[in-house]
Amino acid sequence: MSEPFLIGDTMTGGYGKGPDILHGCTIAVEKGEIAVIVGPNGAGKSTAMKAVFGMLNVHSGSVRLDGEDITALSPQDRVIKGMGFVPQVRNIFASMTVEENLEMGAFIREDDIKQTMEQVYDLFPILRDKRNQAAGELSGGQRQQVAVGRALMTQPKVLMLDEPTAGVSPIVMDELFDRIIEVARTGIPILMVEQNARQALEIADKAYVLVQGANAHTGTGKELLANPEVRASFLGG
Amino acid sequence: MDYLNALVALANFVIVPGLAYGAQLAIGALGVTMIYGVLRFSNFAHGDTMAFGTAITILFTWLFQSWGISLGPLPTALLALPFGIAGCALLVLGTDRVVYKFYRAQKAKPVILVIVSLGVMFVMNGIVRFVIGVRDINFADGERFIISARDFKEMTGLDEGLAIKTTQMITVVVAIIVMALLFYFLNKTRTGKSMRAFSDNEDLALLSGINPERVVLVTWLIVAALATTAGVLYGLDKSFKAFTYFQLLLPIFASAIVGGIGNPVGAIAGGFTIAFAEVTITYAWKKVLTYVMPESLEPDGLVQLLSTDYKFAVSFAILIIVLLFKPTGLFKGQSI
Repeated sequence: MSEPFLIGDTMTGGYGKGPDILHGCTIAVEKGEIAVIVGPNGAGKSTAMKAVFGMLNVHSGSVRLDGEDITALSPQDRVIKGMGFVPQVRNIFASMTVEENLEMGAFIREDDIKQTMEQVYDLFPILRDKRNQAAGELSGGQRQQVAVGRALMTQPKVLMLDEPTAGVSPIVMDELFDRIIEVARTGIPILMVEQNARQALEIADKAYVLVQGANAHTGTGKELLANPEVRASFLGG
Repeated sequence: MDYLNALVALANFVIVPGLAYGAQLAIGALGVTMIYGVLRFSNFAHGDTMAFGTAITILFTWLFQSWGISLGPLPTALLALPFGIAGCALLVLGTDRVVYKFYRAQKAKPVILVIVSLGVMFVMNGIVRFVIGVRDINFADGERFIISARDFKEMTGLDEGLAIKTTQMITVVVAIIVMALLFYFLNKTRTGKSMRAFSDNEDLALLSGINPERVVLVTWLIVAALATTAGVLYGLDKSFKAFTYFQLLLPIFASAIVGGIGNPVGAIAGGFTIAFAEVTITYAWKKVLTYVMPESLEPDGLVQLLSTDYKFAVSFAILIIVLLFKPTGLFKGQSI
């Protein structure tokens, strides 16, 4: 099997000098695919993603992007390498307009960003209408779109979403999932942490179930949906 | 009853001085608000930063005067202002390198930085006194009045005079220019936007590749420019004295907080609010009231709510009222 596009390989580590939260956890995403991380509360889902993004100390294991070892890079350097990250909370510049949010997303770029901005507006048409409004005044679902749009402005080679549907209504959630699939269709691999396990598994090409900071189950979304053990433990049977 | 004379008296003693003082406070408060927004602490050394910038400007003013350089009717200090700003920039950047950078690296809490700035304040206090002394210094030269009370009376034939000092006019004009430049910078330029982004959400700004050290550097440069400008305008309008500048800290902080700290529009609104509150409360209204009231109701006393000696009580009272009832200020600022 060839090397996945982005892989956090047998990562062990935790925040600062605290105890280890991840124990030999492996997360990977292939080109053109959606990979999701699901699991019970406190399983280390977000932590695993942050580890891939370089936000905590990984003292064994490695992170590789397109075959290159990036374990030692800071999150900022990983952004330059082509990783886009949308944090779970505080993921927009609330006091700035939608357009300024997108501009700031593209801060590291020196070239013309107009075209990318148009692409983002095409993906999220509502943002075009609200481009001059302060992002903090938008609804929860619209703010998530701003957040994803901001991350897309660097033209990332891989997009990482930390619970993009947290705190939005079920209808908005469905819409967000549709948008995320659309983003994936543009060819950007997506690695995503999700609380809504069932829906996430339905759209996932690859899924990881984490329990206590370690891989419990791995497979395609459909396999895991069909797996009686996974169903029993947190899909509610 | 004589409304015209009342209006002229009001303009002469309240509106014109209030506008000038308000503009000075607004520029000072803009500096405080920028530091709070970007570096996330209340800079107690701001008054003394203003004093230092002004002191350097005064030294250059004297130098230019000794060379015989002047701006004609305008004060020579305007010519010296850029040099004062440069000197002040060196001081604050040096302070940042030697003091604040250390605490930033440790991710010190804002309350620690406030106390650190208090220490910086005492040091700057001393430096200013070493450099220029403790005396009252009047460094305004050039034409004193645009229009003097006597000329105004002769021109209009009214009993009341309206005097507009050159320095008052300069203050307002410079304030408008400074504010326009600042808002253009913050809203239209890439660096300005990155500063707002950093102020809004530091973590996300870092993720977006915004360089925090550069943001901090630019902030200090702007703060040096604002502080020196505010100090020089105040000094031209009144006079320079190290201790007075230290005392200015209170109305300036009140302005920034009343407007909503971290919000530049708020700083300007707050500056004028505090200035007019101070001027109207300490002004003896007898003259104006005598003009507008029927003769039988004319006041005997001065109708001065508070002696000017207590003018700081006004800022202080407003500060407390705002913090109690609307901690985020008139405009949406950060809560402290």
